[in-house]
Amino acid sequence: MSTTVLLLTMAACGLVTFLIRLSFIAFGHRLPDDPRISTVLRYVPPAILGALIAPEIFMIGGNLNATPDNPRLWAALVALLVARLTRSVLATIAAGMAVLWVIQGWSG
Amino acid sequence: MSIDSPRAEFFGGVRAELPLLLGVVPFGLIFGVLGLAVGMPGWAVVLSSSLVFGGSSQVVFAQLWGAGTPPPVMVATVGVVNLRHLLYSAAVAEYLRGLPWRWKFMLAYLLTDEAFAAAIGRLRDGPATAHRHWFLCGTGFTLWAGWQLSTLGGVLLGTAIPASWSLDFSIALTFIALLVLSVHRRSDAWAAIVAAVVVLPALALPHKLGLLVAAAVGIVVGLAMRRFDRSKP
Repeated sequence: MSTTVLLLTMAACGLVTFLIRLSFIAFGHRLPDDPRISTVLRYVPPAILGALIAPEIFMIGGNLNATPDNPRLWAALVALLVARLTRSVLATIAAGMAVLWVIQGWSG
Repeated sequence: MSIDSPRAEFFGGVRAELPLLLGVVPFGLIFGVLGLAVGMPGWAVVLSSSLVFGGSSQVVFAQLWGAGTPPPVMVATVGVVNLRHLLYSAAVAEYLRGLPWRWKFMLAYLLTDEAFAAAIGRLRDGPATAHRHWFLCGTGFTLWAGWQLSTLGGVLLGTAIPASWSLDFSIALTFIALLVLSVHRRSDAWAAIVAAVVVLPALALPHKLGLLVAAAVGIVVGLAMRRFDRSKP
């Protein structure tokens, strides 16, 4: 992809993001005040995060690996547990990376 | 200096935001490293932090760009990833009513997860003074500066970190932590689980539409499972 396309795509992404953030701040009085909108929106973060996480864990070099010999699976499970217990992003990253490094150190 | 001066509000916002930088700075460093790893030029990685200014969506942008995704799909996917900011915009709107346009534009640009999280308590529960928008300006600016510097740091570090460290996985770990924080009810968890399962076969869809399709299915299932939640809002 050329530099121009990269720049234009990035600018368009920035504009869309800015307009989403500006929406109610600027045009709140003209936007629909419908509780169903926020009901739908509350499922956006968990759904998009679930869809982002799964390939990072299970797709290794373009192939699906959902077996116990996939070290990322164990690292992710420990991270999930630590996140639930601590609710800390840093502790979650530290625990998950530690598990991944330990397993990779053992097997490699 | 009176309690409700712009200065006091701004630095109140700065102080409220600083602890959150503990999580943001490593994320920015990692994003900088990851952007280079998927083949984005260093200047584009740094520029995306000011043009797009949304951590998760920038990671998605980098991944999709590295995979050769058509630009319209990239813009749509980034839009969906950032759609939750509609809720923040709606939540702060009433406190920013009557401000000049330049203020509304600037605060909308600065309205990220972390800036919102650190400011909404003061806006909602604090005194309704004339300068309270400066507090949001303080949280937003602090996060902005921290994000720009950490991204730049990541790009500078990026070439020095070997791929065998698997640092790219820390992005997934960040998302896992954010996911746990966004799940409050069973139907939230169902939305995440279903989207995670659907995305794996959906990755084979043309034009890298898999992420959008999986998220849409997750949202629909979450809505359908809502009736089984123990408490409803």
